[in-house]
Amino acid sequence: MKAPVSTAIAIAAGIVVLLGYFIPYEGLVSIRTMMLRWAIILAAFALIVGVINLARVHVGKIKQGKAQAVYSVVLLVSLVITVITASYFTPTGTWSLWIFNNIQLPIEASLMALLAILLIVAGVRLLRRRLNTFSVIFLVTALLVLIGTVPILFVGEIPALRLIREVIVEVPGVAGARGILLGVTLGAIATGVRVLIGADRPYGG
Amino acid sequence: MNILTLLGFAFVILVFGMIITFTALGRKQGGFAFREIPAFVRLRRAVGLAVEAGARLQVNLGWGNPVSTEFASGLVGLTVLDRIARAASVSDNPPVATSGEGAHSILSQDTFRSAYGSLGIESQYDPTMGRLVGLTPFGYAAGVLPVIFDEQVSTNAAIGHLTEEVALINDASMRKGNLTIAGSDSLPGQAVIYATAEEPLIGEEVFAGGAYLGASPAHEASLRSQDILRLILIALLLISALGKLFGIDQLLLDLFPGLNP
Repeated sequence: MKAPVSTAIAIAAGIVVLLGYFIPYEGLVSIRTMMLRWAIILAAFALIVGVINLARVHVGKIKQGKAQAVYSVVLLVSLVITVITASYFTPTGTWSLWIFNNIQLPIEASLMALLAILLIVAGVRLLRRRLNTFSVIFLVTALLVLIGTVPILFVGEIPALRLIREVIVEVPGVAGARGILLGVTLGAIATGVRVLIGADRPYGG
Repeated sequence: MNILTLLGFAFVILVFGMIITFTALGRKQGGFAFREIPAFVRLRRAVGLAVEAGARLQVNLGWGNPVSTEFASGLVGLTVLDRIARAASVSDNPPVATSGEGAHSILSQDTFRSAYGSLGIESQYDPTMGRLVGLTPFGYAAGVLPVIFDEQVSTNAAIGHLTEEVALINDASMRKGNLTIAGSDSLPGQAVIYATAEEPLIGEEVFAGGAYLGASPAHEASLRSQDILRLILIALLLISALGKLFGIDQLLLDLFPGLNP
């Protein structure tokens, strides 16, 4: 689609959805709801296009014949098996859920466990890489919250540490989080407005 | 329309007005001056170095849902991708964008296509430069790792909706010796980014990408508007805190019952 046409359609759709959110006029609200439903359907189609693209990337890797091509073969075989299983037995069928519960879930859980170790190592590396007041405050706070949350081995729960943890989480923690969220929200609104005035055109217009 | 909705609508109109006004003012004055953000200074330098060395730049856009506010930070990631794609268009190894959501994947391909199209080198566009690599947070992280290790990447910019899984991406990138820049709209993501990225983008810094990489006067205008709106919000918070202290809040609620959430 030519750039001015796609830009005009995107801006008009955005403004109608925005107005439908604020102005309780029945016609606008129903157009807004319809457009949001279209967006959800289009997002689902985008997913299919994305998966085809993923397959294309890995077919390309296999054709190059590098040592890592074996991982691409595993990915494509798994993809085909999962698609066939979910199509034949439905996504909530026994075998589809078996794949999810016995392959995907354990892998993601192990990555989560790996993350816990990785963050401890990252904390130590942070002091070597960026030794400043904020890094020290960051690590001391993380440590206090951690030992204030879980009982210490052979010692149990220490009430003073629990109190320190509560103060950190409920006073500076909440204040800082709200400050960051306000900034993020303003940034998100400004980004939305830039798309609506056509300054940002992620649709390639 | 109740009074809270009306206030919200007025706020959005105010943002519209400010961005349009500051865009016009910025064009007249030749731009605005902003404080330095080291991550963007290093990213600009890294693009030049990567082009010279024939290395690849990687932009990780995260996995924000297109029908939610999470998508906004991904849109900033796309603006950064556009700037990188233009600057690195002469490189032997074109940039690569990864995403964990179908719409982002298509938009990243479209960003490459329009950037290359406007430079007159559309024939160099390859749809595999914008990739979907995983659909769950950890699946996404696992899909990004092979790109970092196998595709001659020298700079890794993670800008979008990313949570704790970004630690795995940053760690892999740092171990490879790449410049690692990361920013997210998620609070847990930002905490993890602070500890694991070489150049973290904290808070609203992630939304400043377009302005700092010279995308357009509207980006600078929106940054200036955000700064002013933040001051207005701080003033309102202080006034409301003082109002509560002196009991004026109850008086206002009695006068305008619609303000009661």
